[in-house]
Amino acid sequence: MALVIATAFMVTAIAGCKSTPKDADLKTAVETAIQSSPNLSASGVAVDKGVVTITGQVTDEASKDALGKAAAAVPGVKSVVNNLTIEVAKVEVTADTPLALAVKDATKDFPTVAATVNDGVVTLKGELKKADLQKLMMAVNALKPKKVDNQLVIK
Amino acid sequence: MALQEKYKELIDAATSAGVNDLNVREQDGVLYIDGATSGAVKQQLWDSYERLDPNYASGDLVMNINSVAGIPEGAKLKVTTNSSNLNIRKGPSTNDDIVGKAARHEIVTLVGKENDQWWLIKTDDGEQGYSYTQYLTPVE
Repeated sequence: MALVIATAFMVTAIAGCKSTPKDADLKTAVETAIQSSPNLSASGVAVDKGVVTITGQVTDEASKDALGKAAAAVPGVKSVVNNLTIEVAKVEVTADTPLALAVKDATKDFPTVAATVNDGVVTLKGELKKADLQKLMMAVNALKPKKVDNQLVIK
Repeated sequence: MALQEKYKELIDAATSAGVNDLNVREQDGVLYIDGATSGAVKQQLWDSYERLDPNYASGDLVMNINSVAGIPEGAKLKVTTNSSNLNIRKGPSTNDDIVGKAARHEIVTLVGKENDQWWLIKTDDGEQGYSYTQYLTPVE
């Protein structure tokens, strides 16, 4: 009888342990759950009595939601404070001086086209045959402009 | 988000074609699509772009699809100018002197890549210098 009681006590104790893991263990488990995401950087996890706070930067809203859910799914987590911020990477735009040089090269074979560069925006003026337009656009788009303002008259 | 709707067909095509490092994002009213793929897929995506935005007149998409990233040094390239010869220059810019010419449809060899626009090439006659990649097509 004593053995049964002792066993029951142990089971209860273990179960009790399982339902309330230590905050430090939760922190490790949550870190493991979220840190494999390629869209997360500068992340941090804090746990206080089962309440998890996650911080860091993600690339989009969907990643923020997904990581919040991943943290909430860790056994023992009572609730999640999702303090992830969304940082959209700036589009890489070529500086005007090298861009203007590259645009000059790219438009050299299209003498009816006049191209100018201002603050990353490539403006195309003049006229061009329809058959040449795609080739020109491919070349100009590859130079990492901010925008291509095509004002060409298409023949 | 509206731009992603306008170019949905194009984005879907790029996704289903398995374009490498596909990156689609919108900033200040312009959609940027970057990635690397084969010449055939690049052509397909550009045809889609032209269909969705006739004459590329809206200025709301910058598409940089690199179809030459995987070409190794030593590869054979065909000169695909519109009609003229291809200039071979001393350095990687049109400001550099012309040191040779390659005829239209001549086959040359890739020696090295300065950047996505300028490659160092060598003709069968031994002329070596920089040419504009727009007029070089890998022989497949």
